Amino acid sequence: MKILVAVKRVIDYNVQIRVKEDGSGVVTDNVKMSTNPPDDNAIEEAVKIKESGKATEIIAVTVGEEKAQETVRKALAVGADRGIHVKVDGNIEPLAVSKILKKIVEKENPDLVFMGKQAIDDDCNQTGQMLAAHLNWPQATFASKIEVNDKSLQVTREVDEGLETIEVNTPAIVTCDLRLNEPRYASLPNIMKAKKKPIEQINASDLGVDTNPRIEHIKIEEPPKRKAGIKVASVEELVQKLKNEAKVI
Amino acid sequence: MSVLLIAEHNNKEVKPFTLNAITASSQIDQDLHVLLIGSKADDVAKSLSEIPLVKKVLHIDHEIYENYIAENYTAAILKHADKYSHIICSANTFGKNLMPRVAALLDISQVSDIIKVISPDTFLRPIYAGNAFATVKSNDEKKCVTIRPTSFEAAETTGGSAEIEKIDAADQTENTKFINREEIKSDRPELGTARIVISGGRGLQSGENFKLITDVADKLNAAIGASRAAVDAGYITNEHQVGQTGKVVVPDLYIAVGISGAIQHLAGMKESKVIVAINKDGEAPIFSVADYGLEADLFEALPQFLEELNKLNTIQK
Repeated sequence: MKILVAVKRVIDYNVQIRVKEDGSGVVTDNVKMSTNPPDDNAIEEAVKIKESGKATEIIAVTVGEEKAQETVRKALAVGADRGIHVKVDGNIEPLAVSKILKKIVEKENPDLVFMGKQAIDDDCNQTGQMLAAHLNWPQATFASKIEVNDKSLQVTREVDEGLETIEVNTPAIVTCDLRLNEPRYASLPNIMKAKKKPIEQINASDLGVDTNPRIEHIKIEEPPKRKAGIKVASVEELVQKLKNEAKVI
Repeated sequence: MSVLLIAEHNNKEVKPFTLNAITASSQIDQDLHVLLIGSKADDVAKSLSEIPLVKKVLHIDHEIYENYIAENYTAAILKHADKYSHIICSANTFGKNLMPRVAALLDISQVSDIIKVISPDTFLRPIYAGNAFATVKSNDEKKCVTIRPTSFEAAETTGGSAEIEKIDAADQTENTKFINREEIKSDRPELGTARIVISGGRGLQSGENFKLITDVADKLNAAIGASRAAVDAGYITNEHQVGQTGKVVVPDLYIAVGISGAIQHLAGMKESKVIVAINKDGEAPIFSVADYGLEADLFEALPQFLEELNKLNTIQK
């Protein structure tokens, strides 16, 4: 079984976002970048499945500018076998990413495609479902548990009401929740070894996919600030303020 | 052209977030049709038809829709999408799972999780966990939009009498099977719509200690939330998680207990009307968004809080 894992390079989850003054976006210069957190879970799950003997190869793929390769390199350092970097500059929407991934899937014929359920930059939560649609494959989104069977997966999904379990036949797309597993850190020897693993570079334009944005970003602005609150000295004062000042209890 | 809202329901009742999405949809276009895909869901059709903002209910009833499967819903929606300028649903796990599948097959770049309708093609949506707001304009001819439910009022549910039109089912997928859903039943208000939410974090130190939270919640008729750290640690189940990858809540009162206030948690609660933070670390970031901050050990403060609440003659419900 072959598993393709899609990863995205995003501003690190710990960075306090700053909005550019001209309203054109957020500051990315000299800002720490990392792999989108749930994409790390996707890689980890693929590696675990391979370690259990149920998968033979893991391919990590990313779509983005030159430096997006770093996320593929990191995936290689924790257990992916080879990488693919689809190069494209500028803003690219989930719809276009999903079309690019479809081309990669057609080329590589994986049995499973894993990725994070949502990217923490645009918070779109679309790519996996869109890829599943283009391929007419089943989708198991927001996965917190995956059981691999012969020709199917049993997936537990985190939904508003609690947990839902579905069974999907392979080939299938799974989008991963942060609770799926605990991603491992790459060891130094493995980071060194990963430098020798191959990353194939493909230009998005060579795939015949239209990557022009359909959505115009008219303005990016800071959200309204909350006015500063106060510290109360005691529980008694807190209850009194909630009752008489805020009038919420 | 009209707009088509996809209803979320359990074949008996409309789910509350659909009511918020109805309000948002009607701001895009008043000619609002609701698509109900279900099994033996006549009661749901009736209640949708009584919502004054709804102009028409399209009802597909077939046993294949007993459980919600995105693949089956998508096929049904695509059969009827032609006539509409917008396909809309709520941006909770229901709509997040469904809409991108629909959008991709219509070759539409979806606008996710909007918090404001500026015009029928322009919307406001939070990005970077709500640390920036983007005004976006969709240039697709038809639009697929998901609605952040807590940013819109719930629609009135009585007084309307929309026509109910029965329409045909679509093909069923062979490749996805519903197995089960573990729904945790609770008498408390739902997290997404509660007037008061009290949330616990890693500071609670154990699942047993969440009793301190539930005691106060019972007194205030509040819903119970949690930080991701608390859910990851197994103190409480996932449906309680508030934050960027959990639920977004906008209650009148949000009480954060033993929660440091990571960006990802703030994303799910910082629009609450009044925020209280109880934390023993005076430097915790949660205090930067709190209207009332109490620097205290929660194991002392929570029992005292309950005691003070018990002294009050009345508590708003």
